[in-house]
Amino acid sequence: MHFDAFDRYHEKESFLHRLDPRVKALVTVIFIVSNALLPDGAWLAFIFGWIFLIAANLLSQLGIGYTLKRSLVALPFALIAITVLFTIPGKPLFTFQLFASHFTVTDAGFLRFVSILIRSWLSVQMAILLVAVTRFPDLIHALEHLKVPAILTTIIAFLYRYLFVLTDEVFRLLRARESRSAATTGNRSGGGVLWRARVAGNMAGQLFLRSYERSDRIYNAMLSRGYSGHLYTLNAHEMKPRDYYVTALAIVVIFVTQILGRF
Amino acid sequence: MPVTHVKNSFAPPEVGGDVLVVKDLHFSYPDGHSALHGVSMKLSVGDKVALVGPNGAGKSTLMLHLNGILGGHGEVEIAGQRLTRDNLPAIRAMVGLVFQNPDDQLFSPTVFEDVAFGPLHMGLPEADVRARVDAALEAVRMTSYRDRLSHHLSVGEKKRIAIATVLSMNPSLLILDEPSAGLDPRARRTLINLLRELPITMLVSTHDMKLVQELFPRTIVMDEGRVVADGLTTEILEDETFLTAHGLEKP
Repeated sequence: MHFDAFDRYHEKESFLHRLDPRVKALVTVIFIVSNALLPDGAWLAFIFGWIFLIAANLLSQLGIGYTLKRSLVALPFALIAITVLFTIPGKPLFTFQLFASHFTVTDAGFLRFVSILIRSWLSVQMAILLVAVTRFPDLIHALEHLKVPAILTTIIAFLYRYLFVLTDEVFRLLRARESRSAATTGNRSGGGVLWRARVAGNMAGQLFLRSYERSDRIYNAMLSRGYSGHLYTLNAHEMKPRDYYVTALAIVVIFVTQILGRF
Repeated sequence: MPVTHVKNSFAPPEVGGDVLVVKDLHFSYPDGHSALHGVSMKLSVGDKVALVGPNGAGKSTLMLHLNGILGGHGEVEIAGQRLTRDNLPAIRAMVGLVFQNPDDQLFSPTVFEDVAFGPLHMGLPEADVRARVDAALEAVRMTSYRDRLSHHLSVGEKKRIAIATVLSMNPSLLILDEPSAGLDPRARRTLINLLRELPITMLVSTHDMKLVQELFPRTIVMDEGRVVADGLTTEILEDETFLTAHGLEKP
């Protein structure tokens, strides 16, 4: 059984798909860093960033709203920033009471919260687009070229390869539990919450042990084929003139966004 | 039921040049479990030998010794070179070990990268690596799978790619751990044809006695960490009492 649910790559022959993966990875990272650096309430820059994103969406032939739809999943994580609503000093907007404490929402806090929301939303969308238009192995190669430490790219590569194997393993465990979760007529199936928790804990332990043993076997397989601590890769990627133009253009646009955000 | 160990009752066939010589190999796991008690065997050029025996007989442990992943007491010689710490890389280039679970064997994102892993780590130039990958994929009839992702393949396809990953290293000795386990009849048939065609000395551990009968002129039987028989497959498979005594079955 295959679980391709994680494979976000969409086979297409668009302009973005054909770009060198290094360009895509680099521009995405610069875009995200630039977003993080924008000051609070830089609305013009946010709009500019959004236009850049929509243009990228169009170039990918995946449709204008492609990343917007998928980004909603990641949005709840931005709610971690909700504390800034109360902690930034400023003019109080309103106060409410919760569990015997008073919370005061300030205007500066509100401004920062909305800015953080927009920044993370833009960044998440760009990352989603990157994964949708770049095959994962190519992405890892790109990171290697961009001098990301080999240990990191190796971990990512292995994670990607074995995520699928692990999910299969989890589903096998779940199925095995389900097949034995029987009940006699008239009785409720399963024990108490504690007992269930213990079963779940045992399953997590099983999964860890199996993965641990598998890692041993994989390491042996690597040793057998000459691995001695360094990973070598071949790569056919070649930067074409178009790739340089796009990089230059993207950096200029991001730079303009930064200037717009500061004046 | 007590198992009686028969001293090599089958004379091994005449040998020419030896690809593999194992002399009196002993090994115990760190937890004290003793897995090999004085295993000896010889494989000559072109030999295709089946290694059979019940689970826990020490087959896999033995295989892990043949390219130095485990190191017990005793001697292992590959093509005349004694296995030591210093010549491990050279030995590993000569011994192609294919593990039972192809998901352990195929650890790279794409088929190409997996088949190229061995040659790349042998330090070959890029053109050679590419030529070897193409030749290995051609040998297992999987050329069109070059750029596929490993996790999208079926078990039978994974097995064939797994064999290609060591063929690309041009090994003098091919060692396969249960190659036919978990395959449907068609995939198994393809594998058998593939193994028959490969002109490489091979040692294949298996529980598939029909495969042994069909493919391997010579069989080595292991039980409880010892070689209990080494000889012509036809003779070994005829001795039903012997097979039953070692947890095996006549095909």
